[in-house]
Amino acid sequence: MQGFKAAVDGICNPPILFSLIFALFFVAFLWKRVHWIWTPKACILLLTAGLAFVGFGLTDPNFHAILTKPDNVPIVGMLFLVGFFSWLSMYLGLKNDRRTAANLPPVEKLESEIKILVWPDLVYTEMLCMILWSVLLIVWSIYLKAPIEEPANPAKTPNPSKAPWYFLGLQEMLVYYDPWIAGVLLPGLIIVGLMALPYIDPNKKGNGYFTFAERKWEILTFQFGFLVLWVMMIITGTFFRGPNQNFFGPFEHWDVHKLVPLSNINLSEVIWVRVFNVGLPQNWLVRESFGITLVLAYFLLVPMVLGRTLFKSFFEKMGMVRYQILVFLLLCMVSLPIKMYLRWLFNMHYVVAIPEYFFNI
Amino acid sequence: MPDDPKASAAPSPVPAPPAAGEGVTRRGFLSWIGVAWVSFSGALGVASLSTLRYFFPNVLFEPPQTFKAGFPDEYIAGQVDNRFKESFGVFMVRDAGVIYVLKAVCTHLGCTPNWLEAEFKFKCPCHGSGFYISGINFEGPAPRPLERYRVVLADDGQILVDKTRIYREEKGEWQDPESFIVA
Repeated sequence: MQGFKAAVDGICNPPILFSLIFALFFVAFLWKRVHWIWTPKACILLLTAGLAFVGFGLTDPNFHAILTKPDNVPIVGMLFLVGFFSWLSMYLGLKNDRRTAANLPPVEKLESEIKILVWPDLVYTEMLCMILWSVLLIVWSIYLKAPIEEPANPAKTPNPSKAPWYFLGLQEMLVYYDPWIAGVLLPGLIIVGLMALPYIDPNKKGNGYFTFAERKWEILTFQFGFLVLWVMMIITGTFFRGPNQNFFGPFEHWDVHKLVPLSNINLSEVIWVRVFNVGLPQNWLVRESFGITLVLAYFLLVPMVLGRTLFKSFFEKMGMVRYQILVFLLLCMVSLPIKMYLRWLFNMHYVVAIPEYFFNI
Repeated sequence: MPDDPKASAAPSPVPAPPAAGEGVTRRGFLSWIGVAWVSFSGALGVASLSTLRYFFPNVLFEPPQTFKAGFPDEYIAGQVDNRFKESFGVFMVRDAGVIYVLKAVCTHLGCTPNWLEAEFKFKCPCHGSGFYISGINFEGPAPRPLERYRVVLADDGQILVDKTRIYREEKGEWQDPESFIVA
């Protein structure tokens, strides 16, 4: 058991953990051989495994403390919900794909022929849900006290300080980015991007029925942003961030004095001091010229290159404006894992660092 | 319609209601409406002025911006002093032959960092920014060093901290003789 705990803690190191998650995500969705995980049997198996892991975690004092913290209980519950609904959508999608391959209409087409009455069928279900949910909320509120603390004191910040669960993804982004990017620009782009989806999505299929094969690209892009870059960040913030915002394994003791060498370095320092062996130039524009060029190239050159190669069909189908918006949003999304890896592997602080004007990328 | 009751009641001695408004012209109506709107907006404007007044309260329950922080020899060299952290939000530091006052606000997103004695660094509990004892940032997302407050020696030999003046390292302001005192 100790060996298992040590192994889990060993995996829980940001670059290893996130690389594993990335790999797991693409394997689960794209590798046909493992598509049996989207069957009911596998669902029950995975659910049991998840529950067993949580049950085992409760026997460990450190993991127990995280799992039973009143703030975290709903997060644990919701993780199972997210898992279940991700499974359900894939299960239904793959089922319809098999039907389409056999020249049969999707299941929803058959269901749309069946008529069900609002009263009693719908209203009765709704009422039952309402009653059960109220009972659950009442029991919950009695047994789990609201985590109310002493009056706020600006001089005393709890250690670790954590945002409410729905903002933990944002807080995790803030570890890697300047506040104006992680707190304003990227969240704004998430909302704007979601609103723009109907206008930039050229694929008309999958309307009113579940499918995976007909919307592979769209589903993968969305689920990558949601499951990997949002839910996984919430998991990280809940389970892996301990005192001083250091990264801890779930079975690891939250040692306030854990020392992690995190000395950061800006790209400008790497280039001017380490490569050219001269001091940092006085003028910030000269100092940051490499970083600025790099960022500009990322947002201007990459769309052009992609438009000629990988995204050629998109470019032809969507036209200039829609294609540029799509690739811009996509590049913004991918910039997050890029920045995370740069930080973990090279201790990269900021690619463009102009603290004189509060501008850092 | 000869048997219409209204038509037959028309010559009655009681004047019909519309007769009262007969003197109102379109121009007169519009100017009264204009007067009404002007006075309405005027009243609203005055009322919002009184809302503005709330931004300048008579009494401010804030610690004073300038305070005396005791004598220089009360501070031990090479140590960060937390005694004014809670009341004034500052770290008093005596290190490398100077005393300076660091603003206890992280330059990333404004949490209050903690001084970790054993690790000999400031560490912010919100996103993990770390600062040396000098206030220079070296880890985590904080983009620039902690800010310093103006600090001078008062006439009675005590340290006088002035929080109205801020010195930022990235602007080269830590060279300013009032951003530290030699001790």
